[in-house]
Amino acid sequence: MEMRTPLAHARGLGPAKSGCTSHWWAQRLTSMALLPLMLWFVVSVLSLVGADHGDYVLWVSDPGNTLLLVLTVVTIFYHSEQGLHVVVEDYVHSEVGKITALIAVKAFAYLGGIASLLAIFRVAFGS
Amino acid sequence: MTSEKSTTGAAKARPLSPHLQVYNPQITSVLSILHRMMGVALSFGSVFLIYWLSSAAYGPDAYGRAQDFFGSPIGQLILLGLTFSLFYHLANGIRHLIWDVGLGFDMPMLRATGIVVVFTAFGLTALTWIVAYVRAGII
Repeated sequence: MEMRTPLAHARGLGPAKSGCTSHWWAQRLTSMALLPLMLWFVVSVLSLVGADHGDYVLWVSDPGNTLLLVLTVVTIFYHSEQGLHVVVEDYVHSEVGKITALIAVKAFAYLGGIASLLAIFRVAFGS
Repeated sequence: MTSEKSTTGAAKARPLSPHLQVYNPQITSVLSILHRMMGVALSFGSVFLIYWLSSAAYGPDAYGRAQDFFGSPIGQLILLGLTFSLFYHLANGIRHLIWDVGLGFDMPMLRATGIVVVFTAFGLTALTWIVAYVRAGII
């Protein structure tokens, strides 16, 4: 006879296989952070329409802009990884495919995030 | 696939997500699917953010080539798509945050906020591109 309760039986059978409240909460936090950051980013890019390299260097070198751009980039790649992670869990059903896709998603987020940060620092702090 | 077995011992072929094709499209479901699609599109679009920031690190020539690319018809089309995706995902994201505190679930409110999101996305996209074109001296 089955001694486990229906809840105990169902736990861990979702696509993520484990508790997700911290992931869910972090996704909400990064989304809230991105609201002002992305609006700032759009306004900044608009201010750089037609700007040459020298204008861009001046803009990135401003300490406030460096800070906000770094925050924006980090939060973008964090939030993007969290979103793609859930999409992969929901739609990729084969275990091998899912793990491969999750590794690819994480690798892209770290690669893209760190490449962006290095590019910002290189310009902001001079090379 | 779950490990649940039927009485005969064979694994049951239960339907797996996404169950998109079994429903008629409604504003609630269509906007929800769009939210994910725009989020995925923005993630792919981050490649262009990496390219833009990296080009500046390589110097004036590379930055100029990036500017030329983003100013070309295909570059502008990509940026237009990303602009709309961003504003749609941002506006609908606010809608999600309001749901997360337990508000706005009745059907009239769901429809109303959905329509607000769509108009906000189109409006902010248009505003952004008008400002961009004015600054570029095109209009």
